[in-house]
Amino acid sequence: MTYIGTATSRVDGHAKVTGAAKYAAEPKVADLTHGSVVTSTIAKGRIARIDVSDALQVDGVIDVLTHTNRPRMADTDSGYKDDVAPDGTPFRPLYDDRILFDGQPVALVVANDLETAQFAASLVQVDYDEEPHITDMQRQRDVASVLKAAAEPGANPFAPPKPRGNAKAALAAAAVRHQGEYSVPIEHHNPIELYASTVMYEPDGTLTVYDKTQGVQNVQRYLCGVLELAPDHVRVLSPFTGGAFGSGLRPQYQVVLAALAALALKRSVRVVLTRQQMYGLGYRPAMVQRIELGAKADGTLEAITHDAITITSQYEHFYRQETGWSGLLYQCPNATYAHRLVPLDLPTSCDMRAPSAATGVYALECAMDELAFALGLDPLDLRLRCYSDRDQIANLPYSSKNLRECYRRGAEAFGWDKRNPEPRSMRGGSELVGWGMATGVWEALQMPIAVRIALTANGHAEVSCATSDIGTGTYTIMAQVAADMLGLPLDNVTVKLGDSTLPQSPVEGGSWIAASVANGIVTTSESIRRELLDLAKQVPNSPLADVAPDGVRITDGKLVSNNDPARMVSIADAMRHGGVDRIEQEQTTRVPEDKAHSHNTHSAVFAEVRVDEELGVVRVTRVVNAVAAGRILNTKTASSQILGGVVWGIGMALHEEALLDHTFGRVMNANIAEYHVPVNADIHDIEVIFVDEPDESINRLGIKGLGEIGIVGVAAAIANAVYHATGKRVRDLPITLDKILQ
Amino acid sequence: MDKPLREAQKGRNSPSLPSKVTITLHVNDVARTLTVAPWTTLLDALREDLDLTGTKKGCDHGQCGACTVLVDGRRVNSCLALAIMLDGAHVTTVEGLAKDGALHPVQQAFIDHDAFQCGYCTPGQIMSAVALISEGRAHTADEIRELMSGNICRCGAYPRIVAAIQQAMAEMGSKP
Repeated sequence: MTYIGTATSRVDGHAKVTGAAKYAAEPKVADLTHGSVVTSTIAKGRIARIDVSDALQVDGVIDVLTHTNRPRMADTDSGYKDDVAPDGTPFRPLYDDRILFDGQPVALVVANDLETAQFAASLVQVDYDEEPHITDMQRQRDVASVLKAAAEPGANPFAPPKPRGNAKAALAAAAVRHQGEYSVPIEHHNPIELYASTVMYEPDGTLTVYDKTQGVQNVQRYLCGVLELAPDHVRVLSPFTGGAFGSGLRPQYQVVLAALAALALKRSVRVVLTRQQMYGLGYRPAMVQRIELGAKADGTLEAITHDAITITSQYEHFYRQETGWSGLLYQCPNATYAHRLVPLDLPTSCDMRAPSAATGVYALECAMDELAFALGLDPLDLRLRCYSDRDQIANLPYSSKNLRECYRRGAEAFGWDKRNPEPRSMRGGSELVGWGMATGVWEALQMPIAVRIALTANGHAEVSCATSDIGTGTYTIMAQVAADMLGLPLDNVTVKLGDSTLPQSPVEGGSWIAASVANGIVTTSESIRRELLDLAKQVPNSPLADVAPDGVRITDGKLVSNNDPARMVSIADAMRHGGVDRIEQEQTTRVPEDKAHSHNTHSAVFAEVRVDEELGVVRVTRVVNAVAAGRILNTKTASSQILGGVVWGIGMALHEEALLDHTFGRVMNANIAEYHVPVNADIHDIEVIFVDEPDESINRLGIKGLGEIGIVGVAAAIANAVYHATGKRVRDLPITLDKILQ
Repeated sequence: MDKPLREAQKGRNSPSLPSKVTITLHVNDVARTLTVAPWTTLLDALREDLDLTGTKKGCDHGQCGACTVLVDGRRVNSCLALAIMLDGAHVTTVEGLAKDGALHPVQQAFIDHDAFQCGYCTPGQIMSAVALISEGRAHTADEIRELMSGNICRCGAYPRIVAAIQQAMAEMGSKP
């Protein structure tokens, strides 16, 4: 293979460095109007009165949409259910007078230009009948609802797993026990691109929508449901997405507002949210996790209990399986889990990079570190003593698991053997130095997907699928795989994605797109090859006349016999004799369910921190992340994925936290200066290692996906390093300087 | 073509709006005359009036750096600059960096080092890097990190951004 596995530069790189790449708010549209959103200033209640008269009198204002004058919308919950909606009653933007959370949209001011819309939006006056609200998880902990365990594995992948053994008795009998409570605050995705939609009102009354999303077909179906439109009346495009990290899995409200306005006014409308308004979208749920571990004196685990309390809205039940990672990862005969859900007067929480694993594994891996200290064992040694070649919940072997090699190579690159096990024992100048480590794990998921390939006689291919490239590099890996499968130079392959009219794709999430779409390209390429062979056989005295369909490959623009490379027919000749100038195939690929194996990616994360104890400042000076994730399609973009995950892990460990004022039920730091995310000066040496992990059963190319695994374990490795540096165990994230100084 | 909005103000409580103002900006070496409201930012003038959407909006508060452009050679957050204050100024945006189809060394270095993922903060990072190099104040990786910290990359490409800037500095004859 020429391109798969290489460090190919992004095929969309030129568009991105020149400013040519067009994001959702950027298509040039004739006669465009601009919408500015007015949001609620209370967390719960009803709109008593909206006075839009001042706004309407501003020259240039076209209309103000509210729940009182909006166009018709669906009046059933099913109309608002998107492909990945959790159980519950979905939020209906601008539907009625009910206020469910602070920052909820209550009006859209539409004007001829952006400044006028923004100014007029400031003139909309809203009176509310306020009702008491609750946004404080701690106040609701005791009334949280209990999630039932899944009846069987896979029945509800998000409910806690069924217990095994008798963890209570095993804990009572354990030689060494550790118990700890670990908390994670609300975190916001904060992609740098603002949520935006440009809705073009076409002459025939249909809508062409440029939207910021991770799933154009999800948005297309959702809009048709909400607005009660026929499927062919809405087309959704998202050729470029300026980051999303899970926030774009579900359609966001600005697309509804823009589409409503376009229908009401029969005009094209653009709506861009402000950074502050984006804190009224989904978020990583705040949570408290309690973990108890029991071990024999030799460090083998006897029992695990993992309880989680997570938050959601009052109207939908969003949760992910935080607790299951503990039961899965290490050899341990007894495990129990509990998950309780706290509804609050906030928007519904949602997926955020490595949902459940970034948080659940954080708690587990801090607890494992504490257990290692209690046992007097090296933290890495403890992981090796508990190593499992089987998924401990499903009790199945893995299709591949090379975590052992991650530990070995990661430790070697980091220099772990030079670690002094004693906390506070290592110093660099005036700073305390700490070394910590953690394990990471994620699922290797795959979804049904359709891919279309059109191959022309001049040896160019167009590969299309309605998936997204949210920065992960989907354009590039699709081009690489297609080029190799079709035996073409990379430059001869054009990739089309981010258009709801293209072949079916799931939302881009869960790290499943690379494996799914690459496998889809392999399958569709085979159909192309078969059709090409049929044409080649029509060439007079065809050298491939008696060759079976799988007896040929395509290389250098030719169909070549596998057994006798001298027998070949060029793509151009085959098409000419077949009387066509292009062939096109579309295949839906569904990887057969493999019930004999579990499928996961793993990582070993090693982190060094330096702590200025007088100021409480923590710096993460080195991270090594060794990853086992099957075949790596593109070493350049894959490393970027892991680097990004590590940066996210540093943010999670040290910076990120939405601070609520519970009196108002409002995020106080709803901006990107006071909600801290890592900046360049926060990031030092990060080394990414991919260990070999051949996997012949997972899919045709042995691909597992990388979007999530990079963050998993990072916050724990840093928290463990902070303990090693300072002797201080901070169990609630982020580890800010006040907690170090306490 | 000043168009007073005041005459349209029929509302009792609406504040009266000041007139729009006609200005000339030299954008990427082309003189562009446009009529903007006094509160129109340079960012919105570029994106909405001149269709130069390479300059990105990420916060509108000078917090993220995605809107960084060069004004008379200096890097500024264009979301914090009012267009009317820049009448006659020379503005360089990411669209004006490549010359005769050849990428600027910083642009090429960003591709070579995969110094971006989603690409949204990238124009701001690149403009900031171009200015950083001409400022000549960054001599070490730590200084690059510090002086590039006004540009947030949520995808976390920071190590790659530093490497790309180092490559471009070497090519452009600046240290290191």
